Amino acid sequence: MIGRLLGEAGTRARIALGLAALVLLAAPAMVDDYLLTVLTQSLFFAYLGQSWNVMMGFAGLLSLGHAMFVGLGAYVAGALFVHFGLPPVIGLFPAMALAALVGAAIGFLGFRFSIQGVYFALLTIAFAEFIRILFDHFTWVGGSSGLFIPVDNRTVNDLVHLRGTPEMFYYLALGLSVAALALSRLLLAGRLGHRWLAIREDQEAAQALGIDVFRAKMAAVVLSAAMTSLGGVFYAFYFNNMFPEQIFNINLSIELLLGPIIGGLGTLIGPILGAFVLTPLSELLSALTERHALIGIKHFVYGLCVVLIVVFLPGGLWPWIARRLGLDRPPGDGT
Amino acid sequence: MSGARLEVRDLSKSFRGLKAVRNASFEVPAGEIVGLIGPNGAGKTTIFNLIAGVMAADSGTVTLDGHSLAGLRPDQVCRAGVGRTFQIVKPFAGLSVQRNVVIAALNLAPDIDAAERRAVEILDRLGLKPKRHQLAGALTLPERKRLEVARALATGPRLLLLDEVMAGLRPTEVDVMVGVFKELNASLGITILLIEHVMRAVMALSRHIVVLHHGEIIADGTPEAVTRHPKVLESYLGEEALG
Repeated sequence: MIGRLLGEAGTRARIALGLAALVLLAAPAMVDDYLLTVLTQSLFFAYLGQSWNVMMGFAGLLSLGHAMFVGLGAYVAGALFVHFGLPPVIGLFPAMALAALVGAAIGFLGFRFSIQGVYFALLTIAFAEFIRILFDHFTWVGGSSGLFIPVDNRTVNDLVHLRGTPEMFYYLALGLSVAALALSRLLLAGRLGHRWLAIREDQEAAQALGIDVFRAKMAAVVLSAAMTSLGGVFYAFYFNNMFPEQIFNINLSIELLLGPIIGGLGTLIGPILGAFVLTPLSELLSALTERHALIGIKHFVYGLCVVLIVVFLPGGLWPWIARRLGLDRPPGDGT
Repeated sequence: MSGARLEVRDLSKSFRGLKAVRNASFEVPAGEIVGLIGPNGAGKTTIFNLIAGVMAADSGTVTLDGHSLAGLRPDQVCRAGVGRTFQIVKPFAGLSVQRNVVIAALNLAPDIDAAERRAVEILDRLGLKPKRHQLAGALTLPERKRLEVARALATGPRLLLLDEVMAGLRPTEVDVMVGVFKELNASLGITILLIEHVMRAVMALSRHIVVLHHGEIIADGTPEAVTRHPKVLESYLGEEALG
């Protein structure tokens, strides 16, 4: 299994991966609570970015509404826990199923009627907005005033109910991102991944080579939606509260796709790297600018950094770094 | 693997009143190489698109070994045994040359390893093996044409539709391609239908030529007979030239 995951990765890549794994595993013992929160959030966004990347990076399907899947995951698992006491370890299944179903509905509409490119992206925004408004008026889950999960700071970690210490959430986020990385790696190396890449590059040519474009694209949307919603389950029990205005907001959709774009679209490491640049950057800017009364300076500088990276490294950070470290392989070609 | 017999009967297609193809009928016997020629806009690529399932015909039938291809999508036509190239090449520019062909080989290959072996073998046949780790987007036009052929071949077709794969090649490169197709046809028995403007290639390859003009088939026969056919001379050279 591990051999297959590493595949053709060279010695240098293996060493780099090993080092990164060691640092991430040991991190909670070395940092304070604040830094642990930043790291946990970085991993959380790495996971969401990886999930989004399955659609855009691999299959070339732009979604600007991925927050809806985060929200659906959070609300389904959260509501089932609050109302019926169903532990999230079980609640994640209906959560993922519902997200997959919504993904399938979007995919069906989009691909059946050949809505492509920007218009497909608009369709995803429309769905996200529609669902946000729906939850705003859905009183069973608190409507616009939000849903709260009873906070209960246990000293004993309880993975079944997702109650526990910050360290537990850190390792959980780490586990999620590693699992998403491994899954992406396996998918790219397999038949489905090859089909996605072909569709991303040229749909007409892909079809002429015997690829059922509709099915392959549906698989990408359904899988990406389900993966993202699992991140939503984590969100619910980590933050303990959710508001339609926040969790279905396009800001979240944008925030989760900036990581893979900055890190390197379609690459495996890009989403992780991007999240580990952007989340700490955002925190750093907050810390630096909190004493200044200039409203919006943080967002201005953050935006400027993003623009600079996109302008000077249009392929993202990872392909550039990989070249420097001698881990080079063609971009999008299973790096 | 052996060649399939293609039969086109009374095929018609109009675009907003313009008759692109009218009642075209011809056949490509199993294991044969047939050339489809005609001036620009004669409807050659439209016929390819109708066979390959890119668009539906207004009327008429297309059958492969007696099985109708009507109503099939391009991917289904491919799986039925028809490989095609595009006149305007469509490489997967962001992927390596090898991966381009591996994707095509997955049409029949049971797993990635088998597809990779098949891809390397086909790339070798087309002289692209040394370039297999390059990005397809970095290839020159003649190389891209060969990549088109490699991909179509990798799907394991019984009928190969080649749309102007010689255009833009130097005469020596044309000879190499002609050799490749002759060899493929001889060793695997693949049936080939080619659209071609490079007469050097058409004459060298085709045992049979179909001439299309304004969507209609105006001649159908051996290369020698077709090139002497008055209607063909007229459509290619103009009435005045004939005197």
